[in-house]
Amino acid sequence: MDLSLLPDGGTGWLDASGEASDVVLSTRVRLARNVEGYAFTGRARDGERLRVLGQLRDAMPRIPSLSRGVLVRVDELGVPDRQLLHERHLISKELAGLEGALPVRSGAALVLADTASVMVNEEDHLRLQAMRSGFDAAGAYALAAQLDAEIGAQVPFAWHDEFGFLTACPTNTGTGMRASVLIHLPGLVLTKEIAKVLAGLQQMGLTYRGLYGEGSEVVGNFFQISNQTTLGRSEEELLEHLTRVVRHVVEREEEARRILLRDAGYIIEDKLWRAYGTLRYARSLTFDEAMNFLSGVRLAVSLKLMRSPTVYTLNKLLIHCQAAHVAQFDGRAALTDGDASVARARYVREMLATEAGTHG
Amino acid sequence: MVCDSCRERDAVVHLTQIVDGTVAQVHLCERCAAEKGVETTVAAPKTPLAGLLQSVQQQLVASQADQVRCSFCQSTYKDFRATGRLGCARCYGTFEASLRDLLRRVHGSTRHGGRRYEPPAPEAMQRVSTVLELRERLRRAVELEQFEQAAQLRDALREVGG
Repeated sequence: MDLSLLPDGGTGWLDASGEASDVVLSTRVRLARNVEGYAFTGRARDGERLRVLGQLRDAMPRIPSLSRGVLVRVDELGVPDRQLLHERHLISKELAGLEGALPVRSGAALVLADTASVMVNEEDHLRLQAMRSGFDAAGAYALAAQLDAEIGAQVPFAWHDEFGFLTACPTNTGTGMRASVLIHLPGLVLTKEIAKVLAGLQQMGLTYRGLYGEGSEVVGNFFQISNQTTLGRSEEELLEHLTRVVRHVVEREEEARRILLRDAGYIIEDKLWRAYGTLRYARSLTFDEAMNFLSGVRLAVSLKLMRSPTVYTLNKLLIHCQAAHVAQFDGRAALTDGDASVARARYVREMLATEAGTHG
Repeated sequence: MVCDSCRERDAVVHLTQIVDGTVAQVHLCERCAAEKGVETTVAAPKTPLAGLLQSVQQQLVASQADQVRCSFCQSTYKDFRATGRLGCARCYGTFEASLRDLLRRVHGSTRHGGRRYEPPAPEAMQRVSTVLELRERLRRAVELEQFEQAAQLRDALREVGG
């Protein structure tokens, strides 16, 4: 699949604009909705899932946010393409059919438009999502809510007067909303404050995950922070709470970075330049290595210890260092771990050399 | 693998213990685990939801709750406990009492406080969704060889002109 056919390649949210974008990479809001009259995806038969997809596809011309969108039949793609979409944060591991023994479901699809997208036949029939660069919960919600209103006017949603929007998992019932920020917290990790901050999040009714959502590991000091409950409070209240807490976490992170520079200036500076040096010249990089060095360079740029690369380039590297992207860059469908590490290092070298205006 | 405690029976319970910041793996047979007060009758919860489901489960008279079947998707509450996911929107009505309890534990509330929703064009949509729903139920009834129910559904479909 040629991802360049998609609007922005689906990565407009990486452009490093928006509030606190050197700490918060992106903000995502997703709304879980089900179409009235069908069993939920997990219980539905092939025919039902295809009819859910058909109902949305038929309504697309009347849904302004999606009328110029692209419909991608995920169930008709091979593994490498599904993995590419997953690595771009456009579809979940579950929808991509990359979760262990669970194959891709018939009717699994992605509708991708300029400002928002819809996963079809994920755990819920429809997962509406909007992403914004930087820290912008209100902006991301506004886009998702617009899409929600437009789709809901054409396709009847499963709704209950008391419980609100009905979802396959009761942890999403009510608003069906999960708002999450992808946040970079190297300062709190280096000052060993992170455990306290993460424990605090849980007390505040928020939850955290790794870079790729549920069950994923924390790599490169990237965390996803999101609301844990969806029922009882309004969307605005949930967003406001998340915003308030995340703003506090950003302040703690900035404070930790100041302390690091003050108390361990040259050690930190040396460590970060070494990270840059490795990325710039290494001939083989595993994914974890690349993530950790990128984390260091990102911190250095944010501390103004380095003038380049730009945050945008670092965001792009984050996506393109993953397995399926590396394989695509190398022009092969699948690579051994060793070959992937070599190709990854070559990609990173080229990007950084271009950015520095020389060849390395 | 042999039980770490009695060194006789096979270890079937594998625990990760953290004592003073040191992580240790302990492997126990069923009897020694029970003696040490480790719950073995129910699988250990992997997620907060699983833990909640278990506590709800223990409060329910299982046999009674498990006989109720959702009339639309044929799921039981047991299916929900196994997968953590409900079968369809109608399950919320079928298992309302248990779910209300669960929702309160998960969210601290059962009353939606967010955006209200009006389905599109009530009369037209309702007819469409009724027809769709009846057709779905008919298909399922035939598949499950519930012919009496199928006949009733077929009659109902005729009535609404589907």
